[in-house]
Amino acid sequence: MASPQPRVGVVTYPGSQDDRDALWALAAVDAEAVPVWHEEPELPDLDAVVLPGGFSYGDYLRCGAIARFSPATAAVVEFAEAGGPVIGICNGFQILCEAGLLPGVLLRNESLRFVCRDVPLIVERDDLPFTARCSVGQTVVIPVKHGDGRWYAPPDLVRQLEANRQVVLRYAEPCNGSVHDIAGICNERGNVMGLMPHPEHAVDPLLGSADGALILASLVEAARERVLSLI
Amino acid sequence: MRATVLVRPKQGILDPQGQAVETALEHLGFSVAGARVGKVVDLEVEAADADDARAQVERMCEQLLANPLMESFEVEIHG
Repeated sequence: MASPQPRVGVVTYPGSQDDRDALWALAAVDAEAVPVWHEEPELPDLDAVVLPGGFSYGDYLRCGAIARFSPATAAVVEFAEAGGPVIGICNGFQILCEAGLLPGVLLRNESLRFVCRDVPLIVERDDLPFTARCSVGQTVVIPVKHGDGRWYAPPDLVRQLEANRQVVLRYAEPCNGSVHDIAGICNERGNVMGLMPHPEHAVDPLLGSADGALILASLVEAARERVLSLI
Repeated sequence: MRATVLVRPKQGILDPQGQAVETALEHLGFSVAGARVGKVVDLEVEAADADDARAQVERMCEQLLANPLMESFEVEIHG
């Protein structure tokens, strides 16, 4: 039986930058990539959603603080609450934190410098819709490019997240001053993940690394299983 | 009615911007024992009276102007 091609939406906000790269990268890992405009109050028929990187609303006030109130964000929250897989990359991660789908907040880098380079990451979970193609302890190389990527939560919350195993990716070396070197986290249910590195910029060895494809292909596979389960 | 909101990084949160300002002030020869950088939001609010204005602005802070994980806020109503 031919496996169905899952539909993965990418939301474009005013100021999104990596939406096109995300659409391209998702198509490269065999998804039907569907652009979604931020004013859409309802999502089209989708099996997974990506909130891309960039500078939604110019990063005014706080990163992600205004995009959180876009009609499409409300629809994404509903999709996530129904169990749909959602991944937020960079600014998308910031939006998911502001929207309360993920714990914590992303602050100005400790160095005050914009970091833009390939970084090694340690995979902490391989049982999620985002990491099924990875294995725990594996090092993957994916680029970061951000000025506000220092993930922070109060110590009690960090302890709770570590105990729940909600840390998905950790920087192998200090990157931006993130608490516990956290690069990516998920919600308790495990269907929403945010990460500062950009998997969509690392899906071809020609671009320096293809490790980002592990994350996106995992998402597409989870989306495909979702389609099959609904048939 | 005019209102001012002061948003500050919470105690205990690392504020690299404040540290950079502190270092710059020290370079200018000032003796500074700490600097923290926050935000000011000036608002013109339509409200029945000062209490109503304060209640509205506090809701604005809770919903948008401050993130309680990292920021505290203070509201001033100018009448």
